[in-house]
Amino acid sequence: MALVLNEEQQMLKESAQGFLAEFAPIAELRKQRDAGSQTGYADNLWGQMTDMGWAAILVPEAYGGLEFGHVGMGQIVEQTGRTLTASPLFATAVLGVTAINAAGSEAQKTELLGAIAGGEITTALAVDEKIHHTPTQISMAAVKQGGGYVLNGAKRFVADGSTADKLIVAARTSGEAGDMQGISLFVVDRTAAGVEVERVEMTDTRNYANINFSNVEVAEAALLGEEGKGFKALSTTLDAGNIYLSAELLGMAQQSFEMTLQYLKERKQFGVLIGSFQALQHRAADWWSQVELCKSVVLKSLQAMDEGDKRAPVLASVAKAKLCEVAELSTNEAIQMHAGIGMTDEYDIGFFIKRSRPAQMMFGDNSYHTDRFALLSGY
Amino acid sequence: MSNLQAFRQETRDWLEQNCPQSMRHSTPGGDDACWGGRNYKFSSEDQKLWMDRMAAKGWTAPDWPTEYGGGGLEKAEHKILKEELLSINARSPLDSFGIWMIGPALLKFGSEALKEQHLPPIVRGEIRWCQGYSEPGAGSDLAGLQSKGVDMGDHFIANGQKVWTSYGDKADWMFCLLRTDSEAKKQMGISLVLFDMETPGVTPKPIKLISGSSPFCETFLDDVRVEKDQVVGDINHGWTIAKYLLTHEREMIGGMGSAEIGGESLGQLAAKTLGVEHGRMNNPMLRAEVATWEIDGACFGLTAERVTDEVKSGQGVGATSAMLKYYGTELNKRRFETLLKIHGSDGVVWNGEASKGGWLPRTWLRTKGNSIEGGTSEIQLNVIAKNILGLG
Repeated sequence: MALVLNEEQQMLKESAQGFLAEFAPIAELRKQRDAGSQTGYADNLWGQMTDMGWAAILVPEAYGGLEFGHVGMGQIVEQTGRTLTASPLFATAVLGVTAINAAGSEAQKTELLGAIAGGEITTALAVDEKIHHTPTQISMAAVKQGGGYVLNGAKRFVADGSTADKLIVAARTSGEAGDMQGISLFVVDRTAAGVEVERVEMTDTRNYANINFSNVEVAEAALLGEEGKGFKALSTTLDAGNIYLSAELLGMAQQSFEMTLQYLKERKQFGVLIGSFQALQHRAADWWSQVELCKSVVLKSLQAMDEGDKRAPVLASVAKAKLCEVAELSTNEAIQMHAGIGMTDEYDIGFFIKRSRPAQMMFGDNSYHTDRFALLSGY
Repeated sequence: MSNLQAFRQETRDWLEQNCPQSMRHSTPGGDDACWGGRNYKFSSEDQKLWMDRMAAKGWTAPDWPTEYGGGGLEKAEHKILKEELLSINARSPLDSFGIWMIGPALLKFGSEALKEQHLPPIVRGEIRWCQGYSEPGAGSDLAGLQSKGVDMGDHFIANGQKVWTSYGDKADWMFCLLRTDSEAKKQMGISLVLFDMETPGVTPKPIKLISGSSPFCETFLDDVRVEKDQVVGDINHGWTIAKYLLTHEREMIGGMGSAEIGGESLGQLAAKTLGVEHGRMNNPMLRAEVATWEIDGACFGLTAERVTDEVKSGQGVGATSAMLKYYGTELNKRRFETLLKIHGSDGVVWNGEASKGGWLPRTWLRTKGNSIEGGTSEIQLNVIAKNILGLG
């Protein structure tokens, strides 16, 4: 497939751009933060998004979705990176849909995917237990008991964990930490007895949570996919997650670059525009080149998911590793080139670095994905 | 069967019959290039046979018009030909600055007479070309060139010195930038002219490089007669064509960034050399360096692909050749630094089996020139800053 957007994808990108600029610009993030919002977005935002069908884009038509594909969805997520828009789009419409679609039974897909597409429920994916992403190291226990399972353990860094209706939880039904076998996925109500949710405020003021599970009893129907064989679906979900995080980081890299470029053309020192200094020109030119590389790898990895390309896992790590590097470069250079005002809370540029770092760390940072890339490449 | 499928089958059959077996693999660490030209010594009969057979089909210049000896292939057909050549691991039948550089410039800017005179011998590998651009005082500031062509009516008399003339001592003809109007503003008084290297007064002298080889020359011009009918485009308007050619050159040099060496990826080669235990390569720091390079290499390869696709679909922003040149050459330099580390002390053996007869250290040193020739990395960054980012 050619590495360009088709007309429909281009239209979706433009409509997302228009919508986000109007209803969820950076000013909205500031407003939500200052008001101490628990979600990080306006109450009616998700309703507006689901009305436009964004929750249904990745849902197959058979389950009431639009089946529009990853390249299209990627354009929306990239735009949310430009506007730093928080919403359930990632945790629900990407992670929830991907996990349920990859692992769920016919009945689960019909019920849950339909509800997501219709904007009736939101989801969160609970994977990490330690401060670094290591999905094979899951030790949270799920023990078969009676007609169902009992869950015990703790999860952390769960995006939307404090607000989602349903938690998709990766727990161990057999084996021990380090084994890929023995991991199972469960759909658990956030409000179920024994689920204790602690909202954690991070640099991007989104609604992460650490979640404790103490003797949480779930029915057998809560098991998503086959017992002990959840790692494959989890892996697919994490790959998708990383590719969409890369798309979001791309939006951030582009926007922070463009805002800085504009500043280089406005700010004067020594009687001239600072953009006339070669020391800054060369850094800007290198930065731009790096962002161009990012555009290519994000588009390619989105296409790979649409085509069911078996290289999608490798591409997910290539994309995330590269985007972590370039997002870090972008958000740092943005502040340095804005200099003094870049350090002020009043100026928007500082929001990018505060969103970028958690997005980089979510599901593995540059070092994790460079290592994974090497492992997948046989070294 | 569609036309393209039929073309693929015909091509496959033809290659099967016409590509000599010895031309279907590369010599490890060796120089397989075939440059052609009046004085060229073919490394084997097969090498000449392969060039001649491909030239007869016009496939040494597959996308040039058939009237000038080219293959006349459409884009899709050209792609199929490349794929089929790759699938049998065929060597390039002819490497040529004529095909890569002056040919495309003649097709775009040259008179009918110049095209008829020069293009067919290029396709047949009969005439080898070199480029006379840089001068001792005009490197990055190319438009500051001082070699003069004085108007003598039907011809110019050229005097001056060129430098970094690739294979100047082996080439048959030169395409050369001369200042033909000293009064005009810098870029306005330059003409692109063609002359035979056997013309009296043309003296190429090889320059020995840090790599030990001498692929470049300095070329002295002493009262060299250049016919006016050998000016490409209009007199004093050669700068536009020179810039077009530089863009070509950048794309060519930048394209090296993601190529594999001997069909092996850097990671495979490193794993083989350093060993793998428990799934991970020994030497964790070098492993990280290799993986980071491969990630950047993959992103660069995809970017070259995307830029091509954008141009095809009319979405291109253009002017990206400076970015590809900048990043591709820096990437290639990084690759060879990493390769050197992978091979340890073997990698710096100047002569001997350990480094394939010095191939690795010599090639490593040669890559240092990648970010200098065709415009330095710093010049590419200037071009990006000014032309793409609008920074004045």
